[in-house]
Amino acid sequence: MTVMVSADRIRKSYGRLPVLNGVSLEIKAGEVCCLLGPSGAGKSTFLRCVNHLESVDGGQLIVDGEIIGYRERAGKLFEMRGQDIARQRASIGMVFQHFNLYPHMTAEQNVSLAQVAVHKKGKAEARFRSRELLERVGLGSKAGKYPRQLSGGEQQRVAIARALAISPKLILFDEPTSALDPELVGEVLETIRAVAAEGITMMVVTHEIGFAREVADRVVFMDGGVVVEQGPPSQVLDAPAHPRTRAFLERVL
Amino acid sequence: MSSERSTDLAPQMKPGNIAALPETRRVVALRHPGRWASAVVVIGFLLWFANVLVTTEAFEWDVVSSYLFNPLVLNGVLQTLEMTAIVLVIGMVAGTIIAIMRLSPNVVLHSVAHFYQWFFRGTPPLVQLIFWFNLASVFPRFELTLFDHTFFSISTNTIMTPFVSALLGLGLPLSAYYSEIVRAGILAVDEGQWEAASAYALTPFQTLRHIVLPQAMRVIIPPTGNEAIGTLKFTSLATIVSFTELLHTVSTIYNTNFQTIPLLIVAALWYLFLTSVLSIGQYFLEQRFAKGSKRAVKQPLISKFWSNVLGQVKTA
Repeated sequence: MTVMVSADRIRKSYGRLPVLNGVSLEIKAGEVCCLLGPSGAGKSTFLRCVNHLESVDGGQLIVDGEIIGYRERAGKLFEMRGQDIARQRASIGMVFQHFNLYPHMTAEQNVSLAQVAVHKKGKAEARFRSRELLERVGLGSKAGKYPRQLSGGEQQRVAIARALAISPKLILFDEPTSALDPELVGEVLETIRAVAAEGITMMVVTHEIGFAREVADRVVFMDGGVVVEQGPPSQVLDAPAHPRTRAFLERVL
Repeated sequence: MSSERSTDLAPQMKPGNIAALPETRRVVALRHPGRWASAVVVIGFLLWFANVLVTTEAFEWDVVSSYLFNPLVLNGVLQTLEMTAIVLVIGMVAGTIIAIMRLSPNVVLHSVAHFYQWFFRGTPPLVQLIFWFNLASVFPRFELTLFDHTFFSISTNTIMTPFVSALLGLGLPLSAYYSEIVRAGILAVDEGQWEAASAYALTPFQTLRHIVLPQAMRVIIPPTGNEAIGTLKFTSLATIVSFTELLHTVSTIYNTNFQTIPLLIVAALWYLFLTSVLSIGQYFLEQRFAKGSKRAVKQPLISKFWSNVLGQVKTA
């Protein structure tokens, strides 16, 4: 199996506050990887480095064979120009904690925008695909609604359709259910589960241990800006080797 | 429908305590005698004021009506409108550029934009207008000379006509004000929007065009309406450099026939009419950019009109 994401000793700090202290990780194509850990562990920051929403201070990140955000020349990494980063991002979808849908556009326009503006599809074609994707996340009848007219769960499902619309090789989920009312979490997890079943590589930062156990191929436990432990859920969640993992699981379960 | 419901409910209600209460008790809403009293006082004042308007001879309403559609006055109205339109275009385009410069991470662009705002916002438009008109005493000619060959040479007074100096004197301060309006609008858009747009590989220009500016417009339009109305009124400053806008036209007329007050009323009526038209335009613009908003519920045009014109908020 080919490697989709490979992180090599990623370091990152905000001012003098270190957030990532050398994160190394490898994710194979088609794998679903759940990132767990206490808040402040650096999970979200790491995820945002994968599509260069955050720059890194050291180490390198390779997605599908390309260094993300930097170009190697004479043994140094030079940060890329915006348009080159955009080209890399064009095949990475992202789902945000607070949905970040475009509020002045209907669900369908939200899903269509990048297809037309970035992937240069025709309007009719994009429209057709958007309808199809909204149908798939169970919102076929809500295509003409504005985000404000939808529940949190529905908005997040639109956001998932928006991520699928660019035919991504990788989708990043940044705490996709953390901003939802408890009764709406299920429908979003169900949608993510369905996407996972299609074989798209996914990285999911989540606090839903049950979901991770059921869907993840690999669970990564992070704390203090490093990967503490990783492996299949049966190993990390049911028989954690590291005391910090054990302590965390005891608190949340 | 409602009667059906009440018969459905009736059997359930009867066994309870409600049945024990007397069958009809009148409900009396809180009364507001103060509202009635204040309304009467205000209406009294309005009647008195209307009486003054009609009976005061110095207003000379017949003179007002005879000059209202005078060709000279109409030409003045046209000049005022033309000036307003061009000044607004200058102000908005330059203002948007200055706003984007101020938001730029480039220190030089940022500082220059800040200085521009500081200068043009800090000096009165009237002073600037007179300055531009007198530019010839600083630079008598504009010339381009290279290798002893003069490519062109033009007298400053040929360029700085009353019209052009008014455009600059009004347009530049407007752009300084307007840049702050645009900047406020851009800052009002949630940062998550930039983030989502950038994660989906939109270019900064696409992000501004498709995502940020359409949302910023909701914040930008109401103060833009104010600025448009303000600009229309400020064009009257151009009378100082003898630009033949509305005020200058009527003052030329009253300097010959001494009907000062009636002609000022003519000008005031036209200004009121034009600002009212602008308010209506603002209403339609706001409707257009309210898409997806909770408050996109249509407010009746007439009440919106009054709240704009009178500056008071009418509730339902």
